[in-house]
Amino acid sequence: MRVVHYINQFFAGIGGEDKASTPPASREGAVGPGRKLAAALAAEGHELVATVYCGDDYAASAPSAATEILALASEAGAELLVAGPAFGSGRYGIACARVAAAASAAGIPALAAMDPSNPGLPEVAPAIAVNSGEAARHMGDALTKMASAAAVLARGGTPGEAEGVISGAPAGARRNTVSPRTAAERAVLLALSRLAGGKQTEIKLPDFGHVAPAAPIADPREALVAILTEGALVPSGNPDRLESARAKHWFRYPLTGRDTMAAGEFQSVHGGFSTVVANADPNRLLPLDVAREMEVSGEIKALYPEYLVTAGNGTAVADATHFGVEWAAELRRAGVQAAILTAT
Amino acid sequence: MNLVPIAARVGAPRIVPTRGIPFPAGDPSLDLGAERAWRRRLLETALVAVSTEVHKPTVFDPALVPAVPARAASAAST
Repeated sequence: MRVVHYINQFFAGIGGEDKASTPPASREGAVGPGRKLAAALAAEGHELVATVYCGDDYAASAPSAATEILALASEAGAELLVAGPAFGSGRYGIACARVAAAASAAGIPALAAMDPSNPGLPEVAPAIAVNSGEAARHMGDALTKMASAAAVLARGGTPGEAEGVISGAPAGARRNTVSPRTAAERAVLLALSRLAGGKQTEIKLPDFGHVAPAAPIADPREALVAILTEGALVPSGNPDRLESARAKHWFRYPLTGRDTMAAGEFQSVHGGFSTVVANADPNRLLPLDVAREMEVSGEIKALYPEYLVTAGNGTAVADATHFGVEWAAELRRAGVQAAILTAT
Repeated sequence: MNLVPIAARVGAPRIVPTRGIPFPAGDPSLDLGAERAWRRRLLETALVAVSTEVHKPTVFDPALVPAVPARAASAAST
């Protein structure tokens, strides 16, 4: 079969963060990690005919990105599509997931490789995901698994655990078991164990991963600054029906022509706190009045003309991580250098 | 203020403590002018924060940073 490989701008050798806005492009044959993949596929009788690559910011934030990437893959005659491995990289994982899902929906068997913690995982279906491990040191193993899973797909089969296939179910899912002790007894035993210096727990604390802090900006007076909120502040009437809890969506609304968040024009639909004082003066959630003043006085160069918003209330960590990756990609593409997010 | 440990726990690199969950950019106990001055203080502090190099979750207390953001601020407390 003719296999097309999708990778990001970094693994394509185009460049790092400075090239993250690169639009999709295609090259004949294998590129970078694709060479080892091509060799493993060739052993199964398949040919890696082309590599499509795209910058991470573009791929994760341009609404048309997956369609454009799929079009390039189709032009190259893709009969099967393999994306990644993206490891733990959020934007790259989201891109791989969307490209594989789009290909699969278009009738081209597809897989994406990433770590189970990758925020892209929930978007892979109807394509399949292969566990790549969390970092590039697992590259060799990841490519081997991808080639095996691709070979199974090419035969019309369904790759499984043997090929490292993972599902979109959240990592660390709990299983029910019957305990001989009541919850009260177990709680006391755990407390006693803790007093003795033990670290036992029945519920593993979530791992939030690690966010590398962005480099500081040199001078706010030269910076485009965005204001964001998870306080569920939306135009009155909530036209897009943002959830008040367990949000699955985020939205952007224009600030152009506004010097203040006027009461009556915006409302918070957050379900986790009393919104009375925020609705009386929505600047208490999104500080537009002062931010605009600082733009006029030159304390910042410019205010980003939209604000991004979701409801941070019982939001699943995977969803919140996903939103964060999308927000960062969108803001970076727009040239925003600093973001101030108010949290409720 | 009570969200600060949570923000640090999930790895937010730069954190500015405020005065209440329902009004992160305000303080309804103040009169309008004083509240607006407080909001300005918060944003000035945020600008100092984004102008400061950090390597882990770092708290920038609005009471401790300079009144006017400097070109490269240094008054971070952890």
